[in-house]
Amino acid sequence: MMDSTKLVPLSNCSPGQKFKIVQLELIGTMRYRLLDLGFVPGAVISVQQKSPLGDPTAFRVNNTMIALREEESSKIFGEVIEND
Amino acid sequence: MTEDKEWRIALAGNPNTGKSTLFNALTGLRQHTGNWPGKTVVHAEGSFTYNDKTYKIIDLPGTYSLLSNSADEEVARDFIIFEKPDVTIVVLDATALERNLNLALQVLEMTDQVIVCINLIDEARKKGIEINKSLLSKKLGVPVLTISARNGEGIDELLKTIDLMVNGKIKTNPLKLQYGPDIEEKIAKLIPLVTKLFGTEYPARWVALRLLDGDHSLLDALKRDYHSSVRRMTANGYSCSC
Amino acid sequence: MDTHAAVNREKSFQELVKYAESLSNTQTRDRIVSHIFQTTKKICNDVVSYNQKEKPNPTEKLDRIFTSKIWGFPIMLAMLAVVIYITIAGANIPSSMLANFFGWLEGYLTLAFKAINAPDWLYGILVLGLYRGTAWVVSVMLPPMAIFFPIFSLLENYGYLPRVAFNMDRLFKKAGAHGKQSLTMAMGFGCNAAAIMSTRIIESPRERMIAILTNNFVPCNGRWPTLILLSSLFMAASFTDELSTMVTAAVVVGMVLFGIVVTLSVSWILSKTALKGIPTHYTLELPPYRNPKIWNTIVRATLDKSFYVLKRAVTVAAPAGVLTWILANTYIGDTSILLTIVHFLDPFAKSLGLDGFILMAFILGLPANEIVLPILLMGYLSTGALTEIEDMSTLKQIFIDHGWTWLTALNTMLFSLLHYPCGTTLINIYKETKSKKWTFAAFAIPTVLAITITFVINQIVRLLGLI
Ligand SMILES: Nc1nc2c(ncn2[C@@H]2O[C@H](COP(=O)(O)OP(=O)(O)O)[C@@H](O)[C@H]2O)c(=O)[nH]1
Ligand SMILES: [Mg+2]
Repeated sequence: MMDSTKLVPLSNCSPGQKFKIVQLELIGTMRYRLLDLGFVPGAVISVQQKSPLGDPTAFRVNNTMIALREEESSKIFGEVIEND
Repeated sequence: MTEDKEWRIALAGNPNTGKSTLFNALTGLRQHTGNWPGKTVVHAEGSFTYNDKTYKIIDLPGTYSLLSNSADEEVARDFIIFEKPDVTIVVLDATALERNLNLALQVLEMTDQVIVCINLIDEARKKGIEINKSLLSKKLGVPVLTISARNGEGIDELLKTIDLMVNGKIKTNPLKLQYGPDIEEKIAKLIPLVTKLFGTEYPARWVALRLLDGDHSLLDALKRDYHSSVRRMTANGYSCSC
Repeated sequence: MDTHAAVNREKSFQELVKYAESLSNTQTRDRIVSHIFQTTKKICNDVVSYNQKEKPNPTEKLDRIFTSKIWGFPIMLAMLAVVIYITIAGANIPSSMLANFFGWLEGYLTLAFKAINAPDWLYGILVLGLYRGTAWVVSVMLPPMAIFFPIFSLLENYGYLPRVAFNMDRLFKKAGAHGKQSLTMAMGFGCNAAAIMSTRIIESPRERMIAILTNNFVPCNGRWPTLILLSSLFMAASFTDELSTMVTAAVVVGMVLFGIVVTLSVSWILSKTALKGIPTHYTLELPPYRNPKIWNTIVRATLDKSFYVLKRAVTVAAPAGVLTWILANTYIGDTSILLTIVHFLDPFAKSLGLDGFILMAFILGLPANEIVLPILLMGYLSTGALTEIEDMSTLKQIFIDHGWTWLTALNTMLFSLLHYPCGTTLINIYKETKSKKWTFAAFAIPTVLAITITFVINQIVRLLGLI
């Protein structure tokens, strides 16, 4: 089993950071939608930019840009692998 | 003289990959296009003729997948499974091939008559992205073309390929994913049962997979379609006895 | 026999489903999906190669500006203002040229009718009703729409709309609405009826309903010209030429912003009352900016929009022109039907800062917003000496002769912005919601708001003695 205490939610990351997904703690349609978009365990995504009002945040994944609200990004867990 | 039969072509693909632009290029119609995902919500039909054949082409709503059960996805999925288009063109975005291919693989599991169209090749060139289409075609087992729908690039070749495919001149051998021993074993158990129930009406392996992943919306759709096909059969029966 | 077979198959189907369920577990689906991913990854590694060293992506650079904390909102506002400014500045001359042309043509038509000794009623219906109604719609509607939509279409094809949704998302979330509502609103600029269909991109039924019920608060194609015309005649009249275009644009921008505020407020109220609930999940893709084929896009959008406006002019404005003329010229006793209606509506309309003619025009304009203004003008013209409308200043004189002030213009604009959706939109709402109740709500909410707001403004302005 992964030691999930070391994992951080994606929502904690700030623009410029790279993040490797370990697990998604979501179920149902939203889980599959995120998987479809490339938020799969093992994927490395980079945090691009926050919306002017602070939320949502845009992420670069699989060469595409996807914006997620904090409700979703806080349920994607993994590790920060690089700082700019 | 044009033939009487009207061939049906479905356009599937991720949102914003240029399906409507391609639809317009083929039909001369003016479906709404724009650079944002989600603008095609009502499914549009148009027709064109090429090489004495008449084609009806259907611009399906863009979807990221055919497995997640959103309303759009059901429309696209049901069309491919129940309406059985003669050719399904999967339109991919050359600049984000990795994500786009997921959908292509899903379509390949549903039907053999597939042409993979990698659109936005002009954008990809600008970004220095190169795609080895013959290798990709070998891997997928279906024709792969690169086009730029907006600039009309590659449209002729696409038309030729469509023509060859409906004439049965192209033998496809679509990639069927292997899911590892235990899932494959379950699939093997289900396939004979599916075939017994539905005959060759639906792709058995694909239905078995959906049964395994518990896709309830598909099961409901199957039931609906099955009932209406029974009704079709009975209706025909009556008309015969008259 | 058939039913028997059907029952049997139904049973074996159920059994098959049960059997499959017993084989699979919760992880099966994840495994299937992730297997697909691994395969695509492998394939892509083999077939895709990147030639250039990863150079900074222009889209990312642009997004750092377009969605920046400081510049995100000012740029959105500036875009809106510039588009509207160009529309107003550009439409002025072609509008008056068209009006002149139609006026000139009307002179000859009149002569022709006189030459053949046509009866008055025929001349009335055909020239004063049908011809004028159509001519009005064409000269007032066509130029601004033929300028606005190509520009809008360029922005849309460039990829700016998703950035608007990205910037505004937080506001919609606070209002309990869906983040993609801003995209459906953008479609509303073109046509509310089409925008109702576009709300299908919102999957949650609750949030979709909110988007449907509030879509009307963005001015559509049929209302832009009304807003532009009235603000240029009444709000900007006292300024010099260049400045007046700016002021007109500012007032129209203000109207659009007010519409957005109303949208957010009504969405918020709905999500706290009749459509209670919390915002659902969603993802928003921000596609790379793509340079549109400029000339292609402009020519196509211009032609499409012009054709659309002309079609509307013939199918809606022409019959409306005829109907208005008949109402104005059929007498019961010694007043025309039209005047009877106007007198009946007048007291109520006056309390809203409008008059009976204006309210009647809105009511008869239910089928399409384009015809509100032409009906209003024909109503006014039918009462006095018939003046040919030669240019914009005679137009203003007609309004002033009927007691218009800046307040009348303001409240007419507000009523146009806020009132019930047009007939086509209502039909689409019914088709999409399949509910009489919600279709009625889509009619009632804006109507009550339009009445309340214009009433309050009228009372306040009069109380403060501003007029
Ligand atoms: N550069 C370029 N842009 C394209 C091409 N095809 C489509 N587009 C643009 O991509 C955007 C999305 O196209 P659209 O047909 O609406 O996509 P759909 O969602 O798949 O129907 C539009 O802005 C098009 O103008 C192409 O071949 N090259
Ligand atoms: Mg489309």
